[in-house]
Amino acid sequence: MTAAIETAGLTKRYGRRVALSECTLSIPTGKVVGLVGPNGAGKTTLLHLAVGLLEPSAGSVKVLGHTPAEGPEQLGRVGFVAQNTPLYAAMSVTDHLRLGGWVNPTWDMALAEQRIQHLGLDPHQKAGTLSGGQRAQLALTLGIAKRPELLILDEPVASLDPLARREFLRALMAIAVEHGVSIVLSSHLVADLERVCDYLVVLVAPRVQVAGDIETLLAIHHRLSAPRRDGLRLPRDWEVIEKSDTERQSTLIVRHDEPIHDPAWTVEQLDLEDLVLAYMSRAAGSGAQTPTLVGAAR
Amino acid sequence: MIRLAWRQFRTEAMTGIGALVVVAVVLAVTGPHIVDVYRASPSQLTSTDHGLQIALMAALLVVPALVGIFFGAPLIARELESGTFRLIFTQGVTRARWLLVKLALVGLASSVLAGGLSLMVAWWANPINIENANRFSLALFGMFGIVPFGYALFAFALGASTGLLSRRTLPAMATTLVGYVAARLAVTFWVRPHFAAPLTNSFALTANSQFGFQGSPSGLQVVVQNPSIPNAWVLSTAVADRAGHAPTTAFLSKACPGVVGGAQRASVGKGAVGKGAFLGQMQQCFTAIAAKFHGVVTYQPASRYWSFQSYETALFVALALVLAGLSVWWVRKQLT
Amino acid sequence: MNRGIVIEFHLDARSGVSPYQQIVRQVRRALRLGLLHEGDQLPTVKEVVERLAINPNTVLKAYKELEHAGLVSPRPGIGTFVTATLSDGSLAAHGPLRQELLRWLAKARCAGLDDESIEALLQDTFRSSAEEGVA
Repeated sequence: MTAAIETAGLTKRYGRRVALSECTLSIPTGKVVGLVGPNGAGKTTLLHLAVGLLEPSAGSVKVLGHTPAEGPEQLGRVGFVAQNTPLYAAMSVTDHLRLGGWVNPTWDMALAEQRIQHLGLDPHQKAGTLSGGQRAQLALTLGIAKRPELLILDEPVASLDPLARREFLRALMAIAVEHGVSIVLSSHLVADLERVCDYLVVLVAPRVQVAGDIETLLAIHHRLSAPRRDGLRLPRDWEVIEKSDTERQSTLIVRHDEPIHDPAWTVEQLDLEDLVLAYMSRAAGSGAQTPTLVGAAR
Repeated sequence: MIRLAWRQFRTEAMTGIGALVVVAVVLAVTGPHIVDVYRASPSQLTSTDHGLQIALMAALLVVPALVGIFFGAPLIARELESGTFRLIFTQGVTRARWLLVKLALVGLASSVLAGGLSLMVAWWANPINIENANRFSLALFGMFGIVPFGYALFAFALGASTGLLSRRTLPAMATTLVGYVAARLAVTFWVRPHFAAPLTNSFALTANSQFGFQGSPSGLQVVVQNPSIPNAWVLSTAVADRAGHAPTTAFLSKACPGVVGGAQRASVGKGAVGKGAFLGQMQQCFTAIAAKFHGVVTYQPASRYWSFQSYETALFVALALVLAGLSVWWVRKQLT
Repeated sequence: MNRGIVIEFHLDARSGVSPYQQIVRQVRRALRLGLLHEGDQLPTVKEVVERLAINPNTVLKAYKELEHAGLVSPRPGIGTFVTATLSDGSLAAHGPLRQELLRWLAKARCAGLDDESIEALLQDTFRSSAEEGVA
C-alpha cells in the first residue's frame, strides 16, 4: 500500500545549518499522525518538504507515491494548513471560498459553504478581523473542501485558546470520520495529540527519534524502577531510552518488544507524554541517535 | 486563476481607472477651451493653463514608473512578506501558472492604463504641440506615441521581479524606481541614437546662424547652433570645410585674432552688446569662417519618428518579457 | 430521523485508563444500571468523535470489543445497536439498595468523614470482602 509520506535519507540544509538529517519514515495512510518535537525542531521543515514548498538537499520524499507539488493533481491530493493560518486579510470569508473554487479543480463548494454555515462564520467578514479560532476553522475548510486524500497541518492549534483548540480538534476528527482522509499534524504540545493521534513521529532536529503506531509504542516501552544498586547489569536486548537515579531509587525507561517480568524491577505503563519526553531528553543529552522505527502498519 | 488575479488586482485597478477618469474629465473640460484660446492668440493662455500642461507632461513621465512601483513591486513581494504564498502555492495551481497569469493580467492592464493616459494627454495637448513642440526631441519623445505602454510594461516586470528576489515590498519599490530611471536614461542616450544610422545635411553659415567659440582640451572650437528641422531629432551640429575638417587653431588665430586669446563665446548677428570695434572684428571673423566652412547637422529625420517609437517600444517590451520569463523560472525554486 | 442520544461519553484524560477502555466501561456500566436497553442505538462514531475530539479508531476499537463481548452488534449503514444487557434481573433491587447507600452516606458525613475517607473506606471494605469471598 502506498504510504502517506515516505522519506528516504531526507536531508535539508540551510547553508551550514542542518535542519533535517537522514530522515527515513514510512507514514501509513488512514491514520491521524502526530509530529511532535520542540520548537525549531524541523517539524515545519519536514512538512514544507512534503507539500513542495521546499526541496530536499539530499534524499527523497514521496507523498501518496508522488513527488510533492509535481502538478495540479498532486496539489489537489494534499491539503495544507500552514503555521499561523495565512489568509488574505482584505478578502472576506466568501472570497476565500471562491478563491478555492477558482484554483482547485476538485473543489466542493457545497461542502465548504455548509461548513462555514455550521461554524457560524459571517460570510462577509474580512479574514483579517476573524478570531484565531475562526481563522483556523476557515483555513481547515479551505484545506478539506478540495477533497484531498491527505491533510497536513502545521501547529494548527498552537496559538488558540483552550476552547477554540478543542473545537478545532473536534472539527478535525469529524472530518477524519466523514472523509476518511489521512491526517498529519504537528505540535509541540503532546497532550492534544494523545487524544487525537494514533501514529506518532518524534522529531528532535535534525533527526527522527522514534516513529510508529502509538498503541505499539506504548506496549513496547516500559518504566522500570528498583532500589538503587551499583554495578547494575541490564539484559542486552533492553534499549535504555532514559535513566535517572535518586539517592535511593533507579528509574529506567526501556524499549523492549516483549513484556518484562523481571522480579527485580517494578514495571509500569508509560503514557504518551512520558514517552515523548524520554526521547526528547535522550536527544538533548547526546548528539546523533539512531532512530527507533516501530511497526510500520500495513 | 484569471478570476483570482482580477480579484486581487481589483482595488489597484479601481484606483488606476479612477485616476484616469479624473484626468479624462479635467482634459475634456479644459481641452476645447485651451484650443480656442490658443487659436485666437497664444499669449492669452494663462499660467493655470501652462501649469496644467506642465503637470500633465510630468505625469506622463512619471506614470510608467508608478506602474512599476505600485503595481509591479507588490505583486509577488506582498505574498512572500505576508506568508500567503504558503496558502496559494498549496492549492491546485502550479506556481508557474499562478505567476504567468498574474503577470499577464496585471501587466497588460496597468500598461494599457498608462498608455491610455498618454494618448489622452496627447490628444489634449495636440493643438499646441503641433506648432510648438518637437515630439521627436529628447524631452518629448518618451511622453507620447506608443512608448509609454512599453515603458510601463517594463517597469511593471522590473517591479515584479525585484519583488520576487527581495521578498520585501519596500526595497523592491526603491530598486524598481532606480532601475527604471537608469534603464530609461541608458536607452535614451546610448541606444536610441543608434536605431538607424543618422543622416547628415550641410547648410551654409549665414548671418542668422548663431555661432560662437568654445574652449576644449584640443584647442578652440567653433560651435554653431542647431538649425531648425521641424520634428526631426537633431543629434549634433558641427562646422567643417569641404574636406570635412574643423577649423584649426592656426586658421582661427589668423581669421579671428581678437577672439582666440580669450576663448570668448560671442553671438554675432543678434545685436549683442559689444563695443563697435569688437563687433567689426567679429564680423570679419565670421565672414572668413563662412567663406571656407559650412555647417554639418547630424539628425534623424521626422519621417523616422514612428519607426523609432516602434523600436523603442519593442525593446522595452522585450526586456519586460525577459524579466517575466526569469521570474517564472525563479518562482519555481524553493522559498522558505 | 430524530433519535435521542441515549448515552453521552466523557473522557478523563488523567485517569490512566486508555480512552477506548473508558468507552467500553461506560457502556458496560450503563448496561448494568439499566440505562441502556436492548435495541438502543449507540452514538455513531462521528457523534462521539465530534463531542470528545478523539481519534475515530478509538471509538471503533471500543465498539469492536463490545461486539466481541456479545453486547452490541453493528447494522451496516445504520449504526451500532445494543443486543444484550448486563443487568441480571437484580435491577429491581437497585432502587432500595440505592436508598440504603444514601442513608449510609448521610451517616458517614455526619460522623465527619470527607469524600476521600468515604471512598477509601468503601474501596477497602469492598476489596477485603471480595478477598474473603474468594478465600
